[in-house]
Amino acid sequence: MKMKSPFSPLLQAAKVARILVQKEDFDLNKEVTAISAGENRIGAVVTFTGTVRDMNGTLQSMTLEHYPGMTERELSRIAKEAEGRWSLHGCTIIHRFGKLLPGDNIVLVATASAHRQAAFEAAQFLMDFLKSDAPFWKKEDCGGENKWVDAKQSDLDVLSRWQTKKMPGTKPGNT
Amino acid sequence: MQLVYFASVRESLGLSQESYGLPEGITNVAQLISHMRSRGDKFAAAFSDSLKLRVAVNQVHAQADQLVKDEDEIAFFPPVTGG
Repeated sequence: MKMKSPFSPLLQAAKVARILVQKEDFDLNKEVTAISAGENRIGAVVTFTGTVRDMNGTLQSMTLEHYPGMTERELSRIAKEAEGRWSLHGCTIIHRFGKLLPGDNIVLVATASAHRQAAFEAAQFLMDFLKSDAPFWKKEDCGGENKWVDAKQSDLDVLSRWQTKKMPGTKPGNT
Repeated sequence: MQLVYFASVRESLGLSQESYGLPEGITNVAQLISHMRSRGDKFAAAFSDSLKLRVAVNQVHAQADQLVKDEDEIAFFPPVTGG
């Protein structure tokens, strides 16, 4: 049971982001329920799910390797950065590793806020930095031929959109 | 130092990690990469392209001028491709 806080909402400690790096699949509905449970200030939940793509019909499987320890650390750092920029009441990042099949879930990012703009922007921010900073590597198996996926320059180029500190949905200065 | 390797770097070397004493005169990441290239053909190949090499010191992304110490965990890997 959640206790009623004697403090105003602004003085409550920020909710700690839920960060999971796991082999198992995740359940989108469960995560959406969990992020808003017991939190009536939430008016918007945004989720992004990344899945294994098979563009040419040749992909047998994809194996994701990661750097245990650093992965969790990087995801927590990125989540903290997002929580500093937007008023979030919930933040979830789940990333899978190991062998995955076409169509399988890879990653889930969920953000919850009072109004939609913060949740939308924070979710995109989290994914942009996850793609450039979180130590994961994909290897594709296209029927006997195994190939590491090359990083895309475009994934780094999009980071510039976050260089302007003042986004419309970000936190006000000193209020 | 504890050196750890991931993805294509790990495969090129046939090695996922090793203990390695900090060589004399090596103080930063850039110098360490140059040194790694001198450790034989496999290392020379795996570390040849700086643009395709990323380094983390104690599980934090590091730049070329980052200082390294003998007690550090230093990871080498290609640009990340998660998400």
